[in-house]
Order: sequence, then C-alpha cells, then structure tokens
Amino acid sequence: MTRVIVAGLAGILFGVGLTVSAMINPAKVLGFLDLAGNWDPSLAFVLAGATGIAALAFRTILKRDKPVLSDGFQVPTVSAIDRPLVWGSAVFGIGWGIVGLCPGPTFSTLLQGRWETGLIFSAMIVGMAVHRLLRRVVSRNQATTIEAE
Amino acid sequence: MENFTPISAFAGGLMIGGAAIVLLLFNGRVAGISGIAGGLLAPMRGDALWRIVFLAGLAVGPVLYSLATGEAISIDVTSSVPALIIGGFLVGFGSSAGSGCTSGHGVCGLARFSKRSLVATATFMAAALITVYLTRHVFGVLS
Repeated sequence: MTRVIVAGLAGILFGVGLTVSAMINPAKVLGFLDLAGNWDPSLAFVLAGATGIAALAFRTILKRDKPVLSDGFQVPTVSAIDRPLVWGSAVFGIGWGIVGLCPGPTFSTLLQGRWETGLIFSAMIVGMAVHRLLRRVVSRNQATTIEAE
Repeated sequence: MENFTPISAFAGGLMIGGAAIVLLLFNGRVAGISGIAGGLLAPMRGDALWRIVFLAGLAVGPVLYSLATGEAISIDVTSSVPALIIGGFLVGFGSSAGSGCTSGHGVCGLARFSKRSLVATATFMAAALITVYLTRHVFGVLS
C-alpha cells in the first residue's frame, strides 16, 4: 500500500512539474519544436532539469541492492537497437509534432475540462491498444509459420 | 522569443526529474508514462493499482497547482479535429512500438545512459521537428 501512495505522490509531483514548465500547453510545445518560426527554446531547459537531476541521482540509486519499498529494480534490460525502436519513435515524433502533447502531459490535461485534449487522449489510448493487438497477431502468425516449417 | 521562460521550465524539469527519482528509489520503477499506461491494457495481478494511482496523480497535479497558486493553466490547442485524432493515435501507436516516450526514453533512459533511449530520443525529436516544419512552413495545414 505504501508503494501505491508513493506512486501517487510521484504522479502529483510529475503533474505539477509539467504544469510549472508549461509542457501541459500544446502551443508552448509546438513553439519549441518550431525552429524555423518564432522559436521558444524553453523546453530544452525542462529536459536539462529533469534528465540532469535524474542522471545525478540514478547512479547512486541503482548501486543499491534494492529499492526502499520493493525487492528489486525493474528497469529495461533490452539493449538491442532494433527496427521497432526506431520506426516507433519516428511515428511517435510525428504525432507529437502534430498535436504538441506527449503521453505525460496528455494525462495531466484530463481534469482541465478541455474536449480537445480529451480527444487526443482517447486517440492515444486507441493507438496504444491497436499496436498491442497487431503485435500479438503478428507474433502469433510468426509462431504458426515456424510450426508449419 | 518573447515567450522564453527558462527559469520556470528548469524548475518544472527538476520536479519531473524528482518524481522519476522518487519512483525509482522507493518502488524500483521507471517513470515512463507510455509504459505505465500501456501496462494497464493487459494488467497483471497486483501490478495495476500503482499505475492507476500514478496516472491519476498526473491529472491531479495541475489541479492542486491551480488551487495553491490561484493561477489559471494555459492550454492552447490550435490543431483541427482530424489532426488531433490522427496525431493522438500516432503518439499512442508510436510510443507503444518504440517502447517509450519523452519521459521513458528522454528523461529516465538518458539518465541511465541507455544507448537505446538515446537513439529513440534523437529519432522522435528529429521526427517532431520535421513534422512541425512541414505542417507550419511547407504545407501550412493542421496548425
């Protein structure tokens, strides 16, 4: 239960950070992505702050035997740079460039009473579900092909 | 550059990084939003509640911020309805296929010096920059 409370507090802090940094505002994000327009470099400072402090702390944290409240760290172990990583990231970047919201800020807009971001949210969840479904179908087909051979 | 807000941007960034630190230090989890949300589409026993509560916290954070500061939160959306639907779908589909988004790859992955996350971050940044360039300056649509 303590872990769930910690997750909630982390979520709130994350959401406040997205608000303070204005990443919750699609126009601000698109202004950062628009190098050829009236460029607003602010969001580079968000990344510098977030990634910088995390990089400093993660080193020490990951040296621990285990986290404070659970039995082990669950960090990604895959290291291969494969095709889905690249084309998936490219597709995500295209979507981000169209709407100006990535997944975190999309969740943070949900209680702000805006139908536009609600629409982005719904489409995003459908996109995630469709990808998972396709991946399952593709891996099942591959398994059948191998069996047939 | 009249909208340049480096101090609040950096302060907000520190909070986002702080949240990622709390989640890793106490729970041993990576604060990648697309991964946390995606895990709910095929939930495993005992692994769903923390995800729901974390994501709810993301939505509650801005509300608490408004209550505490009395400031209204600007959310300016200028894209057309079809663009919102297509763009949103691509964000979900792509972050699922690429195993992460701005937070998972851009913050947590880069902070772990993961080569995979570096490739992912460079790719989605480049794709987003090109997309905005094309939609705003070449075709003049969607925006």
